[in-house]
Amino acid sequence: MTEGHDEAARQLVAQFGFDRSRLMDIVQGLQRRFGHVSDDAVRSIASALRIHAVEIEDMVSFYAFLDRKPRGRCRIRLSRTPVSMIKGMAAVASAFEAALGISVGETSSDGAFTLEWTSDIGMADQEPAALIDTTVLTALVPDDVPHIVAALRDGRRSAGVGPVLPKAGVRSSLVQPGPLLSGGHDNAAGLQAALCREPVKVIEQITASRLRGRGGAGFPTGLKWRLCRQAVGEEHYVVCNADEGEPGTFKDRLLLSEFPDLVFDGMVIAGYALGSRHGVLYLRGEYAYLLDDLQAVLAKRRQLGRLGVAICGTIGFDFDIRIQLGAGAYICGEESALLESLEGKRGAPRDRPPFPTERGYLGQPTAIDNVETFACVARIMEHGAAWFTASGTAESTGTKLMSVAGDCKRPGVYEVPFGITVNELLDLVGAADAEFVQVGGPSGQPVAPKDFGRRIAYEDLSTGGSTMVFGPQRDVLEIVLQFADFFVDESCGWCTPCRVGTTLLRTGLRKVIAGQASLEDIATMEAVAGTVTRMSRCGLGQSAPNPILGTMRSFPHLYEAKLRADADISGFDLDKALGEAIKVQGRQPVPEEG
Amino acid sequence: MSLLDIDERILELADLVDLDRSPFDDKKAFDRPVDVGFIEGGCANEYNVRTLRDFRRHCRILVSVGACAINGGVPAMRNTIGLKECLEAVYLGGPTLEGGGMIPNDEDLPLMLDRVYPSHEVVRIDYFLPGCPPSGEAIWEGLSALLTGREPALPYQLFKYE
Amino acid sequence: MDDATIRFTVDGIEIEAVAGQTVIEACDAAGIYIPRLCHHPDLAPAGQCRVCTCTINGRNGAACVTPAMQGMVVENETKPLNDDRRAIIEMLFVEGNHPCVYCVASGDCELQALGYRLGLDAPKQPYLWPGRPLDTTHPDIILDHDRCILCSRCIRASRMEDGKTVFGFEGRGIAMRLNVDAQGGLGETQMAAIDRAASVCPVACIVIKRDSYKVPNGKRRFDVSPIGSDIEAKRMPRT
Repeated sequence: MTEGHDEAARQLVAQFGFDRSRLMDIVQGLQRRFGHVSDDAVRSIASALRIHAVEIEDMVSFYAFLDRKPRGRCRIRLSRTPVSMIKGMAAVASAFEAALGISVGETSSDGAFTLEWTSDIGMADQEPAALIDTTVLTALVPDDVPHIVAALRDGRRSAGVGPVLPKAGVRSSLVQPGPLLSGGHDNAAGLQAALCREPVKVIEQITASRLRGRGGAGFPTGLKWRLCRQAVGEEHYVVCNADEGEPGTFKDRLLLSEFPDLVFDGMVIAGYALGSRHGVLYLRGEYAYLLDDLQAVLAKRRQLGRLGVAICGTIGFDFDIRIQLGAGAYICGEESALLESLEGKRGAPRDRPPFPTERGYLGQPTAIDNVETFACVARIMEHGAAWFTASGTAESTGTKLMSVAGDCKRPGVYEVPFGITVNELLDLVGAADAEFVQVGGPSGQPVAPKDFGRRIAYEDLSTGGSTMVFGPQRDVLEIVLQFADFFVDESCGWCTPCRVGTTLLRTGLRKVIAGQASLEDIATMEAVAGTVTRMSRCGLGQSAPNPILGTMRSFPHLYEAKLRADADISGFDLDKALGEAIKVQGRQPVPEEG
Repeated sequence: MSLLDIDERILELADLVDLDRSPFDDKKAFDRPVDVGFIEGGCANEYNVRTLRDFRRHCRILVSVGACAINGGVPAMRNTIGLKECLEAVYLGGPTLEGGGMIPNDEDLPLMLDRVYPSHEVVRIDYFLPGCPPSGEAIWEGLSALLTGREPALPYQLFKYE
Repeated sequence: MDDATIRFTVDGIEIEAVAGQTVIEACDAAGIYIPRLCHHPDLAPAGQCRVCTCTINGRNGAACVTPAMQGMVVENETKPLNDDRRAIIEMLFVEGNHPCVYCVASGDCELQALGYRLGLDAPKQPYLWPGRPLDTTHPDIILDHDRCILCSRCIRASRMEDGKTVFGFEGRGIAMRLNVDAQGGLGETQMAAIDRAASVCPVACIVIKRDSYKVPNGKRRFDVSPIGSDIEAKRMPRT
């Protein structure tokens, strides 16, 4: 029996009202306390919730930040992204390995530390960055590492206030504000304006603004809200998608840390417009460090009457927001996977129809919108639809928050009007010599200099805002390989084409980079990429081949330069295949004749 | 061997083709470039790899024939176990061993590969003829298609993996 | 025709459906076979294998989870779709360990049968050789994880048909595995050989002991006619 796990599990299940849909909170409570979710804990939860242990294992084993076996008491997660690597993460990682005496992926023998890689943690403008438990360390250099490890060994990390660990701090990312990020943001002006109208008039105003989802997919928000409002259900739900997981993006982090009331106002406005009483903000696990501050903002809003019963004196409009912390799964940024996660299950996307507006959270009509979309909503209600449509293009109204990082002088968040060209954006950030820009994260588009005249807009380069800039000194194929790794790590596994296809694509790309691929191998990769794009269940799989397909189109010479001369002999490595036999039998192969 | 299942058509075949190198005549090297090579068996050791590469260099069209060439077949059962564990299980821990054993290590024995590879993971293969073994009918269809310059097309009853 | 009847076309053929039917159900009833693997007529659809993907009103979607709608235009038997379906079958062959040569399911295996029907002469992608453990803890059933194609049929059947929830998934991505509801393997679960979950496996991952090789070669399910022939026979009765 693992000491205390059974009791803790039972207490947590009771604390969350014996509600199976709160399994995420229950297991996170155990993970925080014991560092893993033990077999005993699983059994206890299962019996208390009257479900099967296999259902809990199904859920827990899905998330990168939940463990079934004990790991180190302190978890050091190093962000591994193309941006972190060009900013020197490899040397930082080596410094951690040296200071801890373990390799990445290992736990120290005293059980004190586990050192591991993690996908992007939303700090692209301040890489190399690391997560130490929930604390974020930024702009690391190898010399920091001995001090960090010494501080951790001293136990100086739990002080709670102030940057106790060296480099424990996230600086503001805002470089260029625009209309959205200018003016007051905690005076509830947009909310007050909305509450003066009929709910349907609020939706009309949003529709008139032609606001589209800021996550990148660009679905018209007004239409989504109308469909959700019309859908019949016992409850309606408002969900804010703060699972900002696309590598290279960090603009939602800025909104949540510096403009949280704008986001919450937008959610309350949605609640009013949709006739909803419940809002949920799904916060990515990597942003756990924001949780206490966000809870404090919510508490203050309740005091001010901006949450709770009869909001701002509006009799009959009751609405509150809870925050659900995620646990390390990129796929949960996909709205239907987010809903599954919110219901305490593995984050596997759902098939549509039904759409979330019809049957979403707990089977009820649900409007899920991006953090930035809700901020836009609050501003539109404050200033009007015409104010909003004054910027941007006909199809992409308003401004867009762009997260820019990589080889540029001024990384950070830029609020720019839709329609700005890649060139104009590169000028703003100081990246005159850019050779390769990844717009929209790995699932977006690789853009070569010949296409720098293209525009950031739903009708051209559609993006959630992630922009990674790479200079002429970078190896494009290595960057593409890192994106391929990312999709292998983050594929949920539910559907065949994405689960297997992402692995096959990575294998193919490795072969290319090793100089072992023939033209036929390239054609095979293209065929696999096509199948994954066309047959995958959700957006993750459908866009996972984009970095490969996009660079094949934009940088064909890089692939051609790697082709092997002898196309008849495939990339089979005889020496490698004989390695084990040489070791076991202790002799070399007979030299080949002729 | 299932080539022989094409029965009397082997006479017809003999009129159409010259056989350069095969297990029938135990000839170990090519005299000249040939049009068609049939490969059976996967690559389990260094010798297999060299033979297969030699075939690729000399054959205009190379056909992978049967399950072993296509996916490693029965020998590939060791692929999920690992070479070292397999050799030790057989030669050091086998139930019929008395007084300890040893892993054979004669220079005349080719070194084994870490796992058994299908032929197309080692060289480029032009056509695949599935089956374990492919029936005489299937082989005849494949051969006659190649000889007459059309794409082989096996009817459902001949298209088998076993 | 009453109000509940839905009409739509599949490859130009007009068929009828009733409200609530999925595309695959309506097509099955009409004698049009859409290749599928994870779908089972007795189980709720899961949309996992994606083999039944059709082009529906210009967009790809899995026929097993798409409700039939009035006026839909469905493309099914096209070269591009069958090429993609064959590619998915190929992915499953190389992801797991599927040696037809010595497999008890050969001739009766839906993965193999789809390979035959779709003309997959050989999987050309590199084999992944997973090496997942064999679970022999149950007195009557063998669980060969290497042959699992993660279709979730057994998961669904155990939960909904048997009321037992013996199976679930574990992990994610390429590391996803079938898991059982006991630390000590299948033998410690409520599983019985007569369970529905034991008979819905499309491959030979779940094998009932002492029940193999009873049907001679040549008389097995897919020896003579391709998978889907039974459905197609409804449309074109044998003459």
